[in-house]
Amino acid sequence: MAELGVQADISGARDTSSSVGDFFELMKPRVMSLVVFTALTGMVAAPGSIHPVLAFIAILAISVGAGASGALNMWYDADIDAQMQRTVSRPIPRGRVSAEDALAFGSFLSAASVLMLGLLVNWTAGALLALTIGFYIFVYTMWLKRRTVQNIVIGGAAGAFPPMIGWAAVTGGVSVESVLLFLIIFFWTPPHFWALSLYRCRDYERAGVPMLPVVSGPAETRRQIVLYSLVFIPIAISPYFIGLGGLSYLAVSSVLGAVFLKLAFDVRRITEGREADAAAKKLFLFSILYLFAVFGVMLLEKIVLRVLA
Amino acid sequence: MSGPSEYPVPLTDKQVAARRHRSIAIALALGALVLLFYAATIVRMGGNVANRPLSVIGAGVLNGVLR
Repeated sequence: MAELGVQADISGARDTSSSVGDFFELMKPRVMSLVVFTALTGMVAAPGSIHPVLAFIAILAISVGAGASGALNMWYDADIDAQMQRTVSRPIPRGRVSAEDALAFGSFLSAASVLMLGLLVNWTAGALLALTIGFYIFVYTMWLKRRTVQNIVIGGAAGAFPPMIGWAAVTGGVSVESVLLFLIIFFWTPPHFWALSLYRCRDYERAGVPMLPVVSGPAETRRQIVLYSLVFIPIAISPYFIGLGGLSYLAVSSVLGAVFLKLAFDVRRITEGREADAAAKKLFLFSILYLFAVFGVMLLEKIVLRVLA
Repeated sequence: MSGPSEYPVPLTDKQVAARRHRSIAIALALGALVLLFYAATIVRMGGNVANRPLSVIGAGVLNGVLR
């Protein structure tokens, strides 16, 4: 288990032994993989076509932009990261990268990714990427995260933009379908993060982050998880009804959606002991699988349709 | 009384190696960026580069050469 608060170097002092891997870790590679995947789905689902080289550049720019905002988030949140078990091993609290270097790294990559996407693909996508990075850093990280219990509800928009950016990279615009892809991730975020915060409640409490279980208590969090899940699952199924998803999409999103709801109700029902933590953890992990599954099926359907066309 | 401190502080072997690796990574990233911009330029221009009208000066020079 990681020790809390050790070697927390958030003073900005330079550490000249930072490795390339440390900087890569600043980019939150696991979050980046989800961003790449959802952006790729948005791109493939969009009507029209894009040259493979430009598609590669778009995906690269979106992933670098996501990584850059991760680095800036780690720079700003280094003080609370040092107090939380989940984040204490990050490069800045561990003293492997200085806060100053993380700021420079994140700022440079943010500007570079937006310029690359705007200049080489199109400026609608570039502007959306800039909006995503700005929203994540200024709205979520700096403004909402430490102030309101609605932090991840509103801040979740930042994570929901990538498929819309992918879509815009192909079409040059925003449409109902791309807004729906946005809404799927937007409504997925609260049950996903609140499930995590239920079993990491002490971490957030110690760091003073006003997550829902800390401010309103676990019972209210469980109620909100169920409510948001009840809104989320119909939205996740709805691409079928506007032709964005096919029959396999309908089947996967519905069946796994039913499992999602069952797990959400389990979280509501099991409120005591380790079983309660286990139920929350199960929902958290399943929510990741669910998002990958629905976007994966949509991606596969579109690829198959293009191959057959 | 202690002697004058050495400034800048000499780097350790580990720090020198880390700096070298970072420099290589930056060089590779810049090289990749140049290639990406080149490839994107070619893709965006497509066949149009061969179909563009020649400039007056260019046409004059070409005429002279061909004569």
